[in-house]
Amino acid sequence: MSTEAIPARSGSSAFWQGARLSIPVVVASGPFAALFGAIAVDNGFSVFEAFLMSASVFGGASQMVGIELFGHHVAPWLIVLSIFAVNFRHVLYSAAIGRSLSHWSAPKQAIAYFLLTDPQYAFAESEAQSGRKVSFVWYMGAALTVYFFWNVLTLAGAIAGTFIPDTSALGIDFLLPIYFLGLVMDFRKRPLWLPIVIVSGIASIIAYKTVGSPWHVSLGALAGVALAVILPPSRSGIGVDPEHMP
Amino acid sequence: MSTTFWIIIAGAIATYLTRVGGHLVLSRFETIHPRVEAGLNAVPAAVLTTLVAPAALGAGPAEWAALIISGLVALRGGLMAMFLTGAVVLILARQFVS
Repeated sequence: MSTEAIPARSGSSAFWQGARLSIPVVVASGPFAALFGAIAVDNGFSVFEAFLMSASVFGGASQMVGIELFGHHVAPWLIVLSIFAVNFRHVLYSAAIGRSLSHWSAPKQAIAYFLLTDPQYAFAESEAQSGRKVSFVWYMGAALTVYFFWNVLTLAGAIAGTFIPDTSALGIDFLLPIYFLGLVMDFRKRPLWLPIVIVSGIASIIAYKTVGSPWHVSLGALAGVALAVILPPSRSGIGVDPEHMP
Repeated sequence: MSTTFWIIIAGAIATYLTRVGGHLVLSRFETIHPRVEAGLNAVPAAVLTTLVAPAALGAGPAEWAALIISGLVALRGGLMAMFLTGAVVLILARQFVS
């Protein structure tokens, strides 16, 4: 590759570069952490259990689905299955980013995969695309910043409980879709981006209306990925180094 | 330990399996077929779109305005500029549109 000359980020500055990247994620997801804590306690979790779920699962959408079902006294195995379904998209992230993390030791990789959230995947993928080797310290700078605030704010929300005011006027409930749209736009230089977005968008809406949440995430994504697989490789730009086209 | 505790632990293990599983399964293959690579390249846009589309469909004029304007900002500016614009448009629009 012609980009090998770009050195990996190193040292404590790498940690803070990663941390700085994650600030929009903290701003966007922080309110959800507090909201999760408050709803979890409201649905019968103890403050410790709410904190434990954020610290061990570390996946906002799946945690929300989990406590929602818990509040409706759904069978435990079904709650676990729903958490698995919401998080199933991580299989695709994990498979895609593995190539860029394989130069780390096994324990480092094991820790990194624990922290592989949607935005963390996007950070790592765009770092790899920029031609740099993905640095472990940089990766942890971004991941641990989000992890730290996610847990602290869950705890704060759980303790505050029902004292959180109506959040609708502040737009907090719709910040994540806006943020996810930004991430979608970030990938617009990729081959087949528009057809994939259209197919995934339509498929996810159909799945949402028919099969229901949370399956619209996995089914919608599969439709877009299937489109890229089915179209001839020449159309998808593989082999012409699409990441470095203008 | 309570049932809740074990639901959380099982959910955490299931989640970790999704995060590490894709890599563990895929790393068994020495070379990656071009179609598999095309599929992997499609993953981020495909997944992230599914987190936006149904939410956008179920929203109202204020949310649509925020998505459209922040989407346009994303064409020129960075993620932070795009995100802050969307948040401001959303908060303002909700004052006037109900």
